[in-house]
Amino acid sequence: MTILTAIIALLALAAVFGALLGYASEKLKVEGDPVVDQIDAILPQTQCGQCGHPGCRPYAEAIAAGEEHNKCPPGGEQTIQELSDLLGRDFLPLDEEHGEEDVKRVAYIREDECIGCTKCIQACPVDAIIGAAQKMHTVIEDECTGCDLCVEPCPVDCIDMVPVEETLESWHRERPPGVGGRPETYIPVENLA
Amino acid sequence: MSLILGPAPHTMQQGDTGAFMRQVVYATGPGLAVLTWIFGWGTLINVLWAVIVAVAVEALVLTMRGRDVRFFLSDWSVVVTGLLLGLSLPPTSPWWLTLVGVAFAVIVAKHLYGGLGMNPFNPAMVGYALLLVSFPVAMTAWIAPFDVPTFSESVALFLGQASPDAFSGATPLDTFRTWAGDAQALAGHDILHGRIAGRGWEWVNAAFLLGGLYLLARRIINWHIPAGFLAGLALPALAFWLVDDVRYADPLFHLFGGGTMLGAFFIATDPVSAATSNQGRLIYGALIGVLIWVIRSFGGYPDAVAFAVLLMNLAAPTLDYYTRPRTYGHDKPDRGIG
Amino acid sequence: MLSLLRGKREPIHDFPGGIHPPENKARSTAAPIRPGPLPHELVLPLNMHVGAPARPVVALDETVLKGQLIAESQGRISAPVHAPTSGRITAIEDRPVQHPSGMTATCIVLEPDGREAWAELEYRPDWAATDPAALLEQVRHSGLAGLGGAGFPTAVKADPGEDTRIEQLIINAAECEPYITADDRLMRERSPGIIRGIRMLAHLLRPDEILVGIEDNKPEAIQALRSAAEGTDIEIRVVPTRYPSGGEKQLIQLLTGKEVPAGDLPARVGVICQNVATAYGIYRYLEHGEPLLSRITTVTGDAVSHPGNYEVLVGTPVKDLLACAGLDADRLGKLVTGGPMMGFTLPEPAAPVVKTSTCLIASTPEELPEPPPEQPCIRCGACAEVCPANLLPQQLYWYAKNDEFERAQQHNLMDCIECGACAYVCPSHIPLVQYYQYAKGEIRNQEAETAKADRARQRFEARQERIERQKAEKEARRRERREAQRRKQEAAPSGDDGTRSDAAVQASATSAGGGSAASGGSDGSGSGNGDDESRADERARRMKQLKVTYNKANKQWKQAQAAFNKAQRDGADNLDQLSANVDKLRTRADEARAELDALVQEAKTDVEAATGRDLKTLKKEATDAELAARRKAKEVQAAREAGATEQAQSLEREHEQLRQDADDKAAWLKRVMEEQGMKEDE
Repeated sequence: MTILTAIIALLALAAVFGALLGYASEKLKVEGDPVVDQIDAILPQTQCGQCGHPGCRPYAEAIAAGEEHNKCPPGGEQTIQELSDLLGRDFLPLDEEHGEEDVKRVAYIREDECIGCTKCIQACPVDAIIGAAQKMHTVIEDECTGCDLCVEPCPVDCIDMVPVEETLESWHRERPPGVGGRPETYIPVENLA
Repeated sequence: MSLILGPAPHTMQQGDTGAFMRQVVYATGPGLAVLTWIFGWGTLINVLWAVIVAVAVEALVLTMRGRDVRFFLSDWSVVVTGLLLGLSLPPTSPWWLTLVGVAFAVIVAKHLYGGLGMNPFNPAMVGYALLLVSFPVAMTAWIAPFDVPTFSESVALFLGQASPDAFSGATPLDTFRTWAGDAQALAGHDILHGRIAGRGWEWVNAAFLLGGLYLLARRIINWHIPAGFLAGLALPALAFWLVDDVRYADPLFHLFGGGTMLGAFFIATDPVSAATSNQGRLIYGALIGVLIWVIRSFGGYPDAVAFAVLLMNLAAPTLDYYTRPRTYGHDKPDRGIG
Repeated sequence: MLSLLRGKREPIHDFPGGIHPPENKARSTAAPIRPGPLPHELVLPLNMHVGAPARPVVALDETVLKGQLIAESQGRISAPVHAPTSGRITAIEDRPVQHPSGMTATCIVLEPDGREAWAELEYRPDWAATDPAALLEQVRHSGLAGLGGAGFPTAVKADPGEDTRIEQLIINAAECEPYITADDRLMRERSPGIIRGIRMLAHLLRPDEILVGIEDNKPEAIQALRSAAEGTDIEIRVVPTRYPSGGEKQLIQLLTGKEVPAGDLPARVGVICQNVATAYGIYRYLEHGEPLLSRITTVTGDAVSHPGNYEVLVGTPVKDLLACAGLDADRLGKLVTGGPMMGFTLPEPAAPVVKTSTCLIASTPEELPEPPPEQPCIRCGACAEVCPANLLPQQLYWYAKNDEFERAQQHNLMDCIECGACAYVCPSHIPLVQYYQYAKGEIRNQEAETAKADRARQRFEARQERIERQKAEKEARRRERREAQRRKQEAAPSGDDGTRSDAAVQASATSAGGGSAASGGSDGSGSGNGDDESRADERARRMKQLKVTYNKANKQWKQAQAAFNKAQRDGADNLDQLSANVDKLRTRADEARAELDALVQEAKTDVEAATGRDLKTLKKEATDAELAARRKAKEVQAAREAGATEQAQSLEREHEQLRQDADDKAAWLKRVMEEQGMKEDE
């Protein structure tokens, strides 16, 4: 008899809490961004296709569908880490198959060599190259993602990928060397009377 | 010639962590002297031994971790850890007891958490708590005040060649615990009736108070933790003593008994494991004081500094979280995920 | 007398934290302000202020007069640059500037001719009767920019907007950093000018109160200001000496009790704060017409024999100024520009003195020694006690050190004013400010990157959309033409020449009728059966894969080759390894290319099998049709221009036919290729 009471009590409790949980999950549902948008927001938007997809969004969709999240060289380790955090997956080292993490670069057209073929304009995924047929082209540096896609189509090889230079605005101090280290450095100076 | 480059500021206040820690070491001087006066050479021998063990173990661990031994020893923090643990142990402690406690404190409580600055618990108190639960008899074998063993007897105790039973006697806190509620018995125990509090121990506490005031004067510690600590201990003691002075000891007895002053000025003030905001420190100290009173009055152990401090170490991050100051230009303190 | 009494009143407000570093001011206050050197060249950076750099308005080799505009401001937040003396422009080029990185920036280089010939100046002695708006416009041309070291263009600051009521105008004369005495000496010697400048600012801003905040360690300056301010409504408020009372936010808090909301400007709470030297600059500009050509800079430190304050022409190279002050180069350790708390070490002594250069400290290594190595943080909280912004520096340090920037921001890292009080008191000698500067820089760069990524995403999506739309439009146009042709054929069924291309037209028309262009591959044109299709799909997939592999391998090969070449030049010892790497990558690229070519060839064969003609012929036919259509179009155009309307109409009809033919052939070609898994460029 006691056992029966206990079982009934437990069942009743389970039913009540189950109902409560069910209600709460309906009532307090969090409307989040669809996961593809969240992944897309983390990807660096270079649209370079090094991951094997024609752009960042397609790759975001592929990741959401289960593809590995370590195929984005421009994003590098930081992107992989953020994706791991978002998706609750393990951190993976960058898949070298798809390229290595590199310094940021932008395309630069050697303008006197450009023949105005417009092939790079068609290749640019973010419309960062301007120019017209038979007219010299140039890159809008601020919009260039450094994806490299314009280099291959150029028939005269006049596009260079140049590293983005540090400016007075983007420069900042490095992280100090940490415990045991000294931040000071010495520089030789000659031209001081 | 060459120019030196470096980040601002280009000028710094005198002093470093090592100097801070050395001040703490100096400030324990009076307490150590009085302990030796009242309880004999055992304390001094154990403190020296504890410091030697601490430095040696630290050097060993640093070597194993591949760190610069000289550089990390120069912060003197391990000397303070050894010293405080040595001061907390009974004067009858044999060498191995001290060794186990100090080694555990340095290896487990400090270095396994990443070394100085990373440990969530006060290492000395972790070592003390380990010894207290593992060797309760040895850890409560205090000597009756002024009933001082000779130097050779102390050495024999330290080497484990003599039994502490021949010397040990109950401390005032022990005695009060045993006879609480029995007015006649309490009146009959001389050890409970010193000049201000329990015999002998009143001077130990007075000496540590003196050292603590020195630390305050040298601005090595802030007043918040000791003040909170002492108030947190004294106020409930006063209230309950006023209600029933046979069952509950008076506030002065608490303040000048056991490890109160050592705890208030030297142990609870360990910055690494304490709360960091001033408001947080006040609460942190007060709660340690209250916990000590609760454990002394109702708990199973006669003294409670170690457990109270360890419990509040656990609470320190939460205190910091809830006492975050309001930043300039913000309406209210930000209490986001911290 | 009343103002004197009021001035004596201590401020009733306070700011948290603060420190008392050794002042080291006495040695540079002893001597009166001395003129700086006239160097053999002046280097004038275009960005001596906060905001957009100025734009040069002089040409190379042009001769300029003292006070002449040589670079005009660009945009609202900017300031112009004037020639500090007469001479010749010898260069407009990148030169080292005062920046902790030692980087260069565009500068105008002026070679003084020593004549000091003035340009014609425009001044406003009648300022008190001038409309504030007009006066403000005038101040824009003064070149003034926060002389206290911040460099915010003065005219922008003095223009809080129409509907902002200014309750307090605060003149910052606190000069709280150790070593610096430029404002102190200026106040001692030129107080009447300063007071007139303050009144001009008041005329612009119409504040309820005018407060001058000055630290109590400058009794002579306080005395001088008080006697100059007598009879005016300017209050001199003496504040206790405590660093950083001269921080804008801290001084506002000291004098008014107000706090500037995070991320906002003081004007939000009705306060405008200007430096005392800026006020003097306004006086010089409005009453004497002199734009900002020189400034008072403290030159001090144990390595100079004549420490003191110098009135230096803007653009004077630091080394010339130091030489003038008697530098003993052998004893020089750190060369600090700005104060010892917030200034930075100058890597390049050729950099010029600019509008914001308050101080140069030529210190010996003993005077400003290297800090000892960083020790572990013991969470002592000394930093939190001295932080004037009430931050928790020990937490910020932890987050900055571990790159937890989000948490650092939650702990209000961005409200840190980098005053250095925390690092000054840290017993573990942690370079806290550097940690914060690092974290702030990273956060700013990350924000810029995120913004750029967002823009790239938008542009990418816009482009995708445009490509889709163009495709759809093209398809729609084609369908329209096809419809028109069919109607025409129905109307006149006879008289066609029955060429093969017509058959193609028919074929494609049927298939196009059955589905959209996108599905063209699957509904076939007579050649498709299930096997072929899956084979073609498989091939298309494989080709795409191969293309990626090839491009990647090709790129990697090129990079490896470059690395190998470089290593060869440098004489590195791992040449074998690199060379093997080059070969490996090259082989991989070649293999991919070969397989790709084979697949293309296979696809071409399939095309031939399916259509009876090889791809080349198909392509040629399509091109010929296209060319014919274009030729006809030109004829139509010519006829129209010649006014032959009838002829034009008939030509137009012919053109339509040809156009149709060409489009169909192109579509046909494309579909055949799609079916075989090829793209147009193969």
